[in-house]
Amino acid sequence: MNIEIALTVNGETVRETVEPRTSLADLLRDRLRLTGTHLGCEMGSCGACLVMLDGAPVHACLVLAVQADGQKVETIEGLNESGHVSDLQAQFHDRNALQCGFCTNGMVMSAQALLSDNPRPSRAEIRDALSGNYCRCTGYEAIVDAIAATADRRAGIGETVE
Amino acid sequence: MTAGNEHIGQAHRRGNALRHLAGRGRFVTDLALPRMLHAAFVRSPMARGRIAELDVSDAAAAPGVVRVFTAETLNKTCAPWTGTLEHFAGMKSAPQNILAEGAVLWAGHPVTMILAHSRAEAEDACELVLLDIEEEEAVVDGDAALLDGAAPASEGIDSNLCFRTVLETPGLDDAFASAAHVVEESFTFGRHTAVTLEPRAVIADFDPSTGQLTVHQGTQTPYQFQDVYARHFGLPESKVRVIAPDVGGSFGMKLHVYNEEMATVAASLTLGRPVRFVADRLESFVSDIHARDHRVTARMAVDAAGTILAMDVDDMTQIGAFSTYPRTSVAEGNQVIRLMGAPYRMPDYRGRLSVVFQNKVQTSQYRAVGHPIACAVTEALVDRAAEQLDLDPFEIRARNLVADDAYPHVSATGYQFEKLSHQTSLAKLRQLMDYDTLRSEQAELRRQGIYRGIGIAPFVEITNPGAAFYGVGGARISAQDGAVVRLTPGGDVQCAISVTEQGQGTETIIAQIVADQLGVTPDQVKVTTGDTDTTPSGGATWACRGAGIGGETALRAGRRLQAQILAIAGAVLQADPATLALAGGAVIDSGTGRERITLAEIGRIATYRPDTLPEGCDNSLSAVQHFAPTGYPFDFTNGIQASHVEVDIETGVTRLLKHWVVEDCGRIINPLLVDEQIRGGVVQGLGPAFFEECLYDDMGQMTNASLADYLVPMAGEMPDIEIAHVETPTLDTILGAKGVGEAGTAAAGAAAMNAVNDALRPLGARISQTPMTPLRILTALGHV
Ligand code: FES
Ligand code: FES
Repeated sequence: MNIEIALTVNGETVRETVEPRTSLADLLRDRLRLTGTHLGCEMGSCGACLVMLDGAPVHACLVLAVQADGQKVETIEGLNESGHVSDLQAQFHDRNALQCGFCTNGMVMSAQALLSDNPRPSRAEIRDALSGNYCRCTGYEAIVDAIAATADRRAGIGETVE
Repeated sequence: MTAGNEHIGQAHRRGNALRHLAGRGRFVTDLALPRMLHAAFVRSPMARGRIAELDVSDAAAAPGVVRVFTAETLNKTCAPWTGTLEHFAGMKSAPQNILAEGAVLWAGHPVTMILAHSRAEAEDACELVLLDIEEEEAVVDGDAALLDGAAPASEGIDSNLCFRTVLETPGLDDAFASAAHVVEESFTFGRHTAVTLEPRAVIADFDPSTGQLTVHQGTQTPYQFQDVYARHFGLPESKVRVIAPDVGGSFGMKLHVYNEEMATVAASLTLGRPVRFVADRLESFVSDIHARDHRVTARMAVDAAGTILAMDVDDMTQIGAFSTYPRTSVAEGNQVIRLMGAPYRMPDYRGRLSVVFQNKVQTSQYRAVGHPIACAVTEALVDRAAEQLDLDPFEIRARNLVADDAYPHVSATGYQFEKLSHQTSLAKLRQLMDYDTLRSEQAELRRQGIYRGIGIAPFVEITNPGAAFYGVGGARISAQDGAVVRLTPGGDVQCAISVTEQGQGTETIIAQIVADQLGVTPDQVKVTTGDTDTTPSGGATWACRGAGIGGETALRAGRRLQAQILAIAGAVLQADPATLALAGGAVIDSGTGRERITLAEIGRIATYRPDTLPEGCDNSLSAVQHFAPTGYPFDFTNGIQASHVEVDIETGVTRLLKHWVVEDCGRIINPLLVDEQIRGGVVQGLGPAFFEECLYDDMGQMTNASLADYLVPMAGEMPDIEIAHVETPTLDTILGAKGVGEAGTAAAGAAAMNAVNDALRPLGARISQTPMTPLRILTALGHV
């Protein structure tokens, strides 16, 4: 029994018919081909699938597509185009805070959520905020540096990078 | 005329990182092809047994299912593979094929492959397969596997001993007899696994109309798979193309041959349409190679002055039911016994290695193959010796490290070192970490009941391997690499090279190197990797060879093109090419630096107006170069790490306070990327030291095969890592670069184990098993 849903994805209205078991991640990746949202565990442990649902980060692997009916979803593609995370992206690039890039979408989501709740986090608070984001490549320090540097720049401290 | 070195050594940012930051990565998991089918596997739930009944008829009739394969229908398409190499004398392993035939040999062994229009439908149909297995007693423990009368872990082998070897110097017994002190210990190094964030992923796409097989595969070694698929499926090599696009982490795990990848290729060949297999996380745990799993007993002889005389080591390592293909599961143990004591002058040594079959997932090469085991054992014993002699850990190492002016040096195990910098690194570390302050702080805190520990661990790392590594054993694994560098008609540069990118920055460093040979900026060099149709054949990325061997290949290819460009420029300008050079995107007069003609103009003339060149002038703007390392069999690097920890003796929880690394990887091409390789490597060493372990029960079932149960290192638990460098270039190449990707992993666990034991020392406790879980620490303390 398929269900019809309508939601806003990256500012565009989307109508789809989905099975009740279809996850939001599968809707985004397989149907809408928004492949910037990644799947690393499909059980809420790794953070690779984080997207913004009505402004708050959620695991797209755990949320069902039907649960997103009527809501606003933002993926990394949308955040990228909106320019809202361009400073974070620039710091990640400058600090080489990604290697394979598979965790990066989730890291940017967590960082963005952290900085909107707590604009001046300590390094320990940043590490804590990443407690649901697994990265096998970087060892995390560069990611912490990039987020700290973004917080500084948003507070008017330090130089911005392009 | 050689161009300058403006870009080699600079912290260039990675252009390809921008794609990932924009959500525009292109991983195999993202690819969807027309008419593509999705694969799922029915796997053995038992570690050992015989298939009594297998009925797939309900599954075949399930909605969305297109085809069901069993061993009977799939294995005949593929020539079996055997994971042995000739240079490991006497090693054995049974031949393997795609799906289990008769016997199931580990929990997770694939039995049936189901192809459907979606993965969900394929998984649903898996539930409908009737699989009845008569359970047999599994070989679980390696020591038990070696007992007389133990059942063999696979069919066609007469015992569970895959390989045994002994290295021994003649003076070993005398060294122990004459020693003032002998320290000894037994160690257990847990089994862990790669847990790349992107699981294994492959899409095989066979087009029967042309006979062309294209395989999109998340791997670090596309040429190796091109060769494997061509040989095992009887295809001409030119009809097999392997493309490795963005790869979400590999670390050695994605270069082995797996049943599922072979099944995917076989299914596409049979059905003539694209077939996709992406492991879900649960099946990753029971099918990706595992790593380590060693039991080591070791002793060390020292004289009264703390001079290390000898080590005597016995390593038993457990590898699953088969040795992996095509690199074997012996390479790890082989490196364990050869790397023991490597940083030290130690003259005598005996190392014994037993590689043992059992009914678990295969183990094989994973980042820092063998290094963490050899380093942890050696450094634990050095610390024990220091304790006996009441020497500071820095002092005993200062007395024993091979002196910086004593090269070339050959280790007791036969490794040849061109030039290393242990003493300089030791001194640098002491300063970097402010050792004396940390020690007084430690003493102060102990009085308050806070147990902090400091551990250090020097190491060597094997990089830039030559053909001695695999080629001599008969493996079709290339030790050479190739590059094509060309100047476009518009004056830009492109480089297609056989080394591959998994995020370490391969493409960036290749661009830097080529840029310097051609007088352009790295941004002007477009680098292509990871496609067997568009790049020359080569070894690609493994054993830390990308920068050292790939970089040298790019450098020589760049120089070759430089000479071609200068020859054309000389003809156009009627000048002696020897008086010309390349800089700033142009041909310049090397004496005065004056610009003579731009590269764009050379490109234009050679491409569109070759008629204006003098007769006989070669207008080629492409240069091909292959390079195989010569000289030393490997370029060893060295370094030293330190770990600072605090152990809560009530809970057994260890807090990692800080980590330091001094590293010498020779010529540094990009300091930013080198440091991030080291940091990532350190965390991959600390993970298994404290958290990561594939746990099995007595029946051979993995009991924590999910990312909720298997603990990986997360940001909150990991320390900041401070890094310093010494630069001792290899003279084997023009570039002078060695590898760095495994250095962090090599010694991080060793430093951490020494740090934990340093913290526990006043309590008379000691730990020699990884991961050092809170429970194991409490057990060591006698609290449980
Ligand atoms: S894929 Fe959703 S948390 Fe891992
Ligand atoms: S960059 Fe590879 S997982 Fe984070």
